[in-house]
Amino acid sequence: MLIPLLIIPTITIFLILVCRSHKQVKVVSAAGMALQLIYSIYVLIEYLNLRSLGNIEEMLFVQSYQWFESFNIYFTVGLDGISASLAVLTAIVTFSGVLATWGLEYRVKEFFISLIVLSTGVYGFFISLDLFTMFMFYELAVIPMYLLIGIWGSGKKEYSAMKLTLMLMGASAVLLVGIIGLYANSGSGDNLTYNILELAKLNLPLDVQKFLFPLIFVGFGVLGALFPLHTWSPDGHSSAPTAVSMLHAGVLMKMGGYGCLRVAMYLLPEAANELGWIFIVLTTISVVYGAFGAIVQKDLKYINAYSSVSHCGLVLFAILMSNKISLNGSVIQMISHGLMTALFFALIGMIYERTHTRDINLMGGLMKTIPFLSVSYMIAGFASLGLPGLSGFVAEMTIFVGAFQYSDTFHRTATIIACASIVITAVYILRVVGKLLLGPVENKDYLTFRDAFWNERAVAVILIIAIAGIGIAPLWLSDMITNSLNPIILKLRSF
Amino acid sequence: MEIFNITGIIPIILFASFLFTGLAGGRLKPMVSGITGTLSIFIVTAVSYYTAYKYFFEFGKAGNEYIKIIPFNLMWLQFNDTLFINMGILLDPISVMMLIVISTVSLMVHLYSLGYMKGETGFARFYSFLSLFTFSMISLVISTNLFQTYIFWELVGISSYLLIGYYYSKPSAVAASKKAFIVTRFADLGFLIGILILSYITKTFEYTTLTDPNGSAINQGSSVLFLGLSAMNVTLILIFIGCAGKSAMFPLHIWLPDAMEGPTPVSALIHAATMVVAGVYLIARLFPLYIFSGADALNVIAFIGTFTSLFAALIATTQMDIKRILAFSTISQIGFMIMSLGVSGYGDTNGLGFTASMFHLFTHAMFKALLFLCAGAVIHAIHLNNLNEMGGLRKYLPVTHITFLIACLAISGIPPFSGFFSKDEILTAAFAKNKLIFTTALITAGITAFYMFRLYFGIFWNKEVKYDKTPHEAPKTMTTALIILAVGSAITGFIPFGNFVSSNGVPLESHIHFEIAIPAVITALVGIFVAYIFYKKENNLPVRVSSAVGGLYGIIYRKFFIDEIYIFITKGLIFRFISGPVVWFDRHIVDGTMNGIAFITNLVSEKIKYFQSGQVQQYAYVMLSGIIIIVITVIYILSNL
Repeated sequence: MLIPLLIIPTITIFLILVCRSHKQVKVVSAAGMALQLIYSIYVLIEYLNLRSLGNIEEMLFVQSYQWFESFNIYFTVGLDGISASLAVLTAIVTFSGVLATWGLEYRVKEFFISLIVLSTGVYGFFISLDLFTMFMFYELAVIPMYLLIGIWGSGKKEYSAMKLTLMLMGASAVLLVGIIGLYANSGSGDNLTYNILELAKLNLPLDVQKFLFPLIFVGFGVLGALFPLHTWSPDGHSSAPTAVSMLHAGVLMKMGGYGCLRVAMYLLPEAANELGWIFIVLTTISVVYGAFGAIVQKDLKYINAYSSVSHCGLVLFAILMSNKISLNGSVIQMISHGLMTALFFALIGMIYERTHTRDINLMGGLMKTIPFLSVSYMIAGFASLGLPGLSGFVAEMTIFVGAFQYSDTFHRTATIIACASIVITAVYILRVVGKLLLGPVENKDYLTFRDAFWNERAVAVILIIAIAGIGIAPLWLSDMITNSLNPIILKLRSF
Repeated sequence: MEIFNITGIIPIILFASFLFTGLAGGRLKPMVSGITGTLSIFIVTAVSYYTAYKYFFEFGKAGNEYIKIIPFNLMWLQFNDTLFINMGILLDPISVMMLIVISTVSLMVHLYSLGYMKGETGFARFYSFLSLFTFSMISLVISTNLFQTYIFWELVGISSYLLIGYYYSKPSAVAASKKAFIVTRFADLGFLIGILILSYITKTFEYTTLTDPNGSAINQGSSVLFLGLSAMNVTLILIFIGCAGKSAMFPLHIWLPDAMEGPTPVSALIHAATMVVAGVYLIARLFPLYIFSGADALNVIAFIGTFTSLFAALIATTQMDIKRILAFSTISQIGFMIMSLGVSGYGDTNGLGFTASMFHLFTHAMFKALLFLCAGAVIHAIHLNNLNEMGGLRKYLPVTHITFLIACLAISGIPPFSGFFSKDEILTAAFAKNKLIFTTALITAGITAFYMFRLYFGIFWNKEVKYDKTPHEAPKTMTTALIILAVGSAITGFIPFGNFVSSNGVPLESHIHFEIAIPAVITALVGIFVAYIFYKKENNLPVRVSSAVGGLYGIIYRKFFIDEIYIFITKGLIFRFISGPVVWFDRHIVDGTMNGIAFITNLVSEKIKYFQSGQVQQYAYVMLSGIIIIVITVIYILSNL
């Protein structure tokens, strides 16, 4: 059931290799990713079907193949509500990313191949149940990023690509130590395992947990823009081409949150309880710091990079609050942020193609000349500042309600500080909207702009429908995620 | 109850109208959107009146008491077994009354705008936003739980943002819309935290549980502490901060005068009659909670309401922009409503303040919407809104003149117009509770009469101005709306309001309190008389008086420098002292550390790369040294064993 999620992109890559023209490459990629999107929605529906029939196994569609006997490495895949929804998110963002890059003319074949390799890595990561395979897919997703930014990027792209890759590689080195540590403590002799479900059954000694938890949390946390290890994000995003920014902020950063939840919290619950406070402090800082950082930025991509630091900080914050409501909120926030940030970066790319600048002080009055793109940008902005009816509101409110379930002063204070970000977010979003879209038209050339092309319209419409869909009818998503959280909550409450 | 199922179509119609005019409106003829919007609100008004009739006269009462009826309550988002957000409809006296107010004023504004906004670019957009606003506002007042209220509270905020910024090419409109949204968002943070703490204490969002005087929420709530204070008082004050933001109470009032950048019908609907009273409505909705668990919070509310009403009335006497005068007047009148809730008790005659507040909300919606729409008719006719540049308009705009006069008499509290009755109840309630509040309110009532008639004489009498084009009366759609609202302003005072709306649902017999009414009317007449001397004919008396009090006049004219203080906080503190340093820190310290590590790594590898020289002799030399060091170490360790 799940293997096609990896096979479809692989076949697409081979088909791209035999394509003759740029047009063909684009059509093949779009078709492949459309198929992938349809298939992942089908998987999601099948998943919900099985659940409604009363299947209460932790992971569905589990398949396992031995891969490397002497170390007990298996290729094991499986799906629960969390990974199913994140897989659909990846499919939506990748498909719209392909459409958003329709105008590319430089090394088209290589670009789409790298992009699809990257997304394959992401799918593999989300559906893996074996830590080693998971780690492998993580690397598979991170490495094409270097090429994509270094070759197709803009500005100081070599510096940004190097910085991003080195920081993420550094993080994965730490992570690898953590993963091997888990493996080494998982049993004795030949019984060692990388399997998450097996590892979850163990009760590791507290001192082992306390040693491994920071390694794994930081290792994944860097990808989730954990303060103070987030600085790859503003430079990386601003240099990356549109589709890469979309995928990176939209789904790659979610791998960080997912990893923290699935590995750090689930497998090391006791240490999470003991050491969580350190990271609560750091993530609370992330949330507010990112938002304040975004207020004074001039470059559209920097604004969204800082905004992502703030929103992804909220994901990690919610994970650390470690109750059912807040964990549910963190997953919804991952999905919601993935969609809206993809929309943001897509629109920034489209606006940049027309104005050839991303400096908000040089632009103005776009609403008059390119209303479709401007209205879409405004909707993305409203989603970001948590307007009810769009996905951001559901996510943030779930997180805050969850975080308020603690009554001690430490958690309360952290929560109230995090809550304050909704005001700061409003400030920077409305600042951008006011400067960029409203006001008088700054430049006569702007009057000649063409509003969105068909592919651009498609990107915006797909993402807006997803954002508004979650915002208007959140119950099914929230229920699906809540049900999948049961095993994790049991672990977190077991001591 | 089955009969109220029909009420459920109200939000559906309005949302459909929003989607239709928003998505398709731009491609169709502008009037199609106008007609669609007006027709939908017409149906909504009809359904609202029908609902009100059925509620008040047939099904609303159980015995002697009006009860809460919930025809719908659907699960929207579930957090856990006890905490969930429903979307539903709650009918009780105040929500039904609000339905009437909102649908009536909204219908009038829709009708009026057909004429007023004709020919504007973005006509369809205007109607789309009006539908969105009406949808959100009605859904807000019929909420069954606090979180549903919060959701629509935010949505009315965004509709207000969109409508204030309707002329989005004008920088001042953009700035005003941004200011309105951010100030109210800041207040909403208080509201949100209040909701969250309240839900933690009471484990519910539902109004039926929260406001049941014998229920668990009220009984448990009082004993819980939060950071050492009585949690209930803190929570209720936090919720009041949200109310103060929306209802423009001092010191969060600064967005409302600027909001006048929006088209005038918007000011009438949102910034006079409906959205700005959402705060009053919310306090009324949670009133039992305030009475039984938050007496301190209620005192705070009473004083802030009183202070704001006086403060805004003083500013209104000095302003020159006719819409801004009305905006400050709105702030002042909402201050009355808030104050009245603050001084109220619960049940029987103690609860007079509650009834008075709702009554004033009702009558104020009529006459203030009328005042704004009249001001709109004036602006429509002469394209000016500075009081200095107008005068003598009574000849050109007869309908506007008479309707405006009725509204002025109503707001000043002259019998038999509606404002007299509601203000009389407010003053009576204040008198019973606190003499200082009563005196301040009485003085404010006098100032109100003064500045309203300053406006009236300034527009319609005073000097005869030569206009570029002869002003002409507004088209039929506009004057119809004016006349209907004028009739409302004149007669709604005779509604025996206490019979329908009271703090505990049991009808309250109300009558005129002559011992309060007579001084109040005299004060108002004095205010009108002073305005008559100053502004009936052009003379230099106003200038002489204002220069005589010089500095004081300047301070009031500059609105007590509150705007300047805000600019200092936002620009000076947040931008310069928080965000700027955060970015510097991020670039130089955090990122600098990362770059520093990279630099050191680079440097070290630069140095040590010479070890890989490729010379066998050097390798042999290093190897030999290594062996010697190991041997010495081993010997040393062995000898120490």
